[in-house]
Amino acid sequence: MDTAADVEARLPIRSDMDLAWVRQHVRQAATRVGFGLVDQTKLVTAASELARNTLVHGGGGVLETTRVTAADGTAGLRLTFSDEGPGIPDLERALSDGYTSGDGLGMGLGGSRRLVHDFEVDSTPGAGTTVRVTSWVSRPVRPRGGG
Amino acid sequence: MPEHEADTTHSTPAREVGDFLRRRREQIAQRWADEPLFRTVFTVSRDEAVDAGRVIVDALAQVADAQRIEDPDAAGFTGVREQLARMGAARSRAGLSTTQVSSELAALLPPVENLLVADLEQEDSERRRECAIALSVLMGTLRLVTMQTALSENQALIDRQRLQLLEVATPVIKLWDGIVAVPLIGTLDSARSQVVMETLLDAVVDQHARFAILDITGVPTVDSLVAQHLMKTVAAARLMGAECVVSGIRPAIAQTIVHLGLDLGTVKTRASLADALGYCLNELGANIVNAPAEGAVRR
Repeated sequence: MDTAADVEARLPIRSDMDLAWVRQHVRQAATRVGFGLVDQTKLVTAASELARNTLVHGGGGVLETTRVTAADGTAGLRLTFSDEGPGIPDLERALSDGYTSGDGLGMGLGGSRRLVHDFEVDSTPGAGTTVRVTSWVSRPVRPRGGG
Repeated sequence: MPEHEADTTHSTPAREVGDFLRRRREQIAQRWADEPLFRTVFTVSRDEAVDAGRVIVDALAQVADAQRIEDPDAAGFTGVREQLARMGAARSRAGLSTTQVSSELAALLPPVENLLVADLEQEDSERRRECAIALSVLMGTLRLVTMQTALSENQALIDRQRLQLLEVATPVIKLWDGIVAVPLIGTLDSARSQVVMETLLDAVVDQHARFAILDITGVPTVDSLVAQHLMKTVAAARLMGAECVVSGIRPAIAQTIVHLGLDLGTVKTRASLADALGYCLNELGANIVNAPAEGAVRR
């Protein structure tokens, strides 16, 4: 479906300071790939939510950023967040708005899904969680049905 | 006891290196003065570089005497720590990376090693090898001490700057009688937003403010945590009798908030600080009218 280039960068997510660095790095990478201001802001916000999940719920982890190219030549950016935390027991519930296992608003995971084009979660209870999101340059986000 | 006597004539390699360093102090300092690390840091005169070299040789000899060639915390290093930090910092300022500074430090070993080998020509090869290893361990420790000192200085600098940011970035501005504004700039993490909330609530009390404007023009990313902090601040201000208006929501941020699914319905928002001020003035009953245009009939 698409060809992925090598991993462009690996950023540790271990503290609040790292979150700020994740946001800055994703913003720069998105600019280089050619994202417009709105798409850039969406991707950075999604990255901020997911990185915080990695830190708060996964006990820290890493972010890998990869430049990808679709079959039709569209450029994109893929962000892979992985941790070795407790995992997500009920993915369906975790993705629903307003559900939180911490003291946040419970919008992080579901909200990030609406901010990007492709969204995959791979979670094994007890072994960790990997969230992979991809956004493409100038392609409207598909409206998602309520579910 | 012949065995014991043999032991005392043959001191440990570390002690022997210490003796050698004291014996050859002058030559080593002279040779080091020609190395890039010393040449570029002490630019005023060569004597200055040689002096600095002597101080470091003395420190190394002291560490070797104490048999602590592997210990970066050895007492001998205490006196030269500051000087090593200064030298490392000077090279960093000149644009060298940590790796480059480290390899300049490594370049100090060969001249000393050559002197050592020449000095110990009479000794058997096993003894020479032991002493050379001891020397190179000692120089490695010196390198470690220098890098350690440089890193801890950087960490201290970063901590100071972080504290400064906390203070600097949250001024409360009085815009009008009863109206205060906080321009928020940069990342709004938990620590920052705590400071913002405290300063804002203090200002509400001090200035008898009925309106507080939180301007987020300078906040690059509004995610759910930032929104949560904003809503908490608004709720706290409301408890104290002040109405909050959030202004400076840029188009990209507005779209992102909607997609993220955040409900800021309970918060009064305006696009710009000017709009927010206009709203507050209007609510206070203060009317601002434009001055009559040039040439208009004055009453």
